[in-house]
Amino acid sequence: MLHARRWWRRHWHLFVFLTPALVVYGAFMAYPLLSSLTYSVYEWDGFIRRGFNGLANFVTVLTRWPYNERFWGAMSHNVIFFLVTFAIQTTLGLFVAVQLAKKWRGFAFFQAAYFLPYTLSLVVVGFLWLMLLNPTWGAIAQGLRGLGLGDLVQPWLGQRSTALMTVILVNAWGWLGFPILVYLAAVQAIPAEFHEAARVDGASPLQDFVYVTFPLLLPSIAMVTILTFIWDFNAFELVFVMQGASGSPNYATDLLATFFYRTAFGDPTTGGEPGQIGVASAIGVMMLVIIGVVSAFGVRFTQRSQTEY
Amino acid sequence: MATPASSRHVDAAERGRRDRRTTRVAVYLFMTLLAVVFLYPVVLMVLTAFKPTPEIFRNPFGLPESWSLDTFRTVWTRAKFGLYLRNSLLITGGSAVLLLLTAAPAAYALARYSFRLRGVLFLFFLAGIMIPIRLGILPLYLLMRDLGLLDTPFSLILTYAASGMPMSVFLLSVFFRNLPRELEDAARIDGCNEVQIFWRIMLPLVRPGLAAVVIVNVVPWWNDFFFPLLFIQSDTWKTIPLGMQIFFGQHLVNWSLVFSGMVLASLPLLIIYLLMSRQFIAGLTAGAVKG
Repeated sequence: MLHARRWWRRHWHLFVFLTPALVVYGAFMAYPLLSSLTYSVYEWDGFIRRGFNGLANFVTVLTRWPYNERFWGAMSHNVIFFLVTFAIQTTLGLFVAVQLAKKWRGFAFFQAAYFLPYTLSLVVVGFLWLMLLNPTWGAIAQGLRGLGLGDLVQPWLGQRSTALMTVILVNAWGWLGFPILVYLAAVQAIPAEFHEAARVDGASPLQDFVYVTFPLLLPSIAMVTILTFIWDFNAFELVFVMQGASGSPNYATDLLATFFYRTAFGDPTTGGEPGQIGVASAIGVMMLVIIGVVSAFGVRFTQRSQTEY
Repeated sequence: MATPASSRHVDAAERGRRDRRTTRVAVYLFMTLLAVVFLYPVVLMVLTAFKPTPEIFRNPFGLPESWSLDTFRTVWTRAKFGLYLRNSLLITGGSAVLLLLTAAPAAYALARYSFRLRGVLFLFFLAGIMIPIRLGILPLYLLMRDLGLLDTPFSLILTYAASGMPMSVFLLSVFFRNLPRELEDAARIDGCNEVQIFWRIMLPLVRPGLAAVVIVNVVPWWNDFFFPLLFIQSDTWKTIPLGMQIFFGQHLVNWSLVFSGMVLASLPLLIIYLLMSRQFIAGLTAGAVKG
């Protein structure tokens, strides 16, 4: 009793400090994420939980039409989404960051310009490009026609062959400012002596980049790549806003998140079936596993290649 | 005798200078082109917002014939923009306050006291840093429903604060760990208890950390569309992205209204960004690089 009271007097402040964060984080993040795992192994009737269902929901997603076709379609779109975004930000984004680090006159303006679209909401980005890309009245179509290039005008968002790539590029427009910003900070953090040493040894600017800058940027590149992967495997807004909940045309831009949303909450666009919590949870758990594995792997890689100056 | 050698030397130096100038021009050209790609659509959006719909179709690129604010006024009243603005401000602000009030003391305890559960708790907080809260949306939705919080701002505030917790606890604990121990000891001798030391002495010293936490989180919260879409049904608590998405959908043929709405929706963050882009970028970089 006395012991307990003394213990409390010595430790009460820890409870004051930690309890609020534990309650908020535990109840509204840890609990939902953990219990979403259990949701997937039950049978659901609307929002009411029925009996234990084993792996039946997973079997449904992976083997029963149309779920299997949608799932693998959405999965491949997410992979393409990530790969294209990754390719753009680690070539163009990295190149721009290395240039910006030279701090020539006017570069502060360029930096601000590249970052500006990142501050726009994806709802605005989506609608803005929906308007700009409109094949009849959009600025791009009108501009091409004005230049006598009217043949190039296509319903970019309306045909299967171009819709996904167009959405990915629109996303890159709104996103690229972020990788540029992080890479720029990483380039600037490299001590000038390293570059001087390379120059004294007779390295060309290209060699300086390949042997000095690039290896030292690897941790940042790994970190941004993981963040991009996580973000791209959750991408939802842009497709929902531009192409609708079912990723038109004919599911060509469907992503895991839109597929999940339709399955969980029903599809208002087709007046389709009501939400199926169990099947949707199975999709969610598979997304969680993919993201968890990749980010755990990536974090270990980042830590191993961490550099201290 | 020496002349050919030295002139060759001059030639090489001259060529080097010219090469460097060519590279410089090429880099500037490239950077300008890229700036046009990033900026021009935004500029076009602002210019178009001032034009009536027929003028947009007739003259998509020129300056507007008149700089009338009428369509903005229409959007403000017909789309209830003022209401959405108030909601977005309240929800983003409330989330920031709740996050700071919960994450800062937790980070402080984990950074500056040693106790048995410290490692476990730190890992528990850190575990969520890479997992998007969206993946828990179904249990979260049912939890909010059972708590009667659906269609209230609290559903969003609690979700946002919880999702910002891992990164904020981590970031702030780095800041707290770097404070000198002497400060704490001096305050303890002056008779402060642990909570007073935290609140009066240590917390004000990590203001840059608090600012970074706010900046890292505010942009995604302000722009979030996913959680309002699921949690908010009635107009009373719609945020700007949700309200605008619905408004745009209803008025898709009236381009003038849509463009004015887009400008209004983007204006708050654009203004903040243009006014304080340096702090903005510094805060985001701190969050990204330390995270």
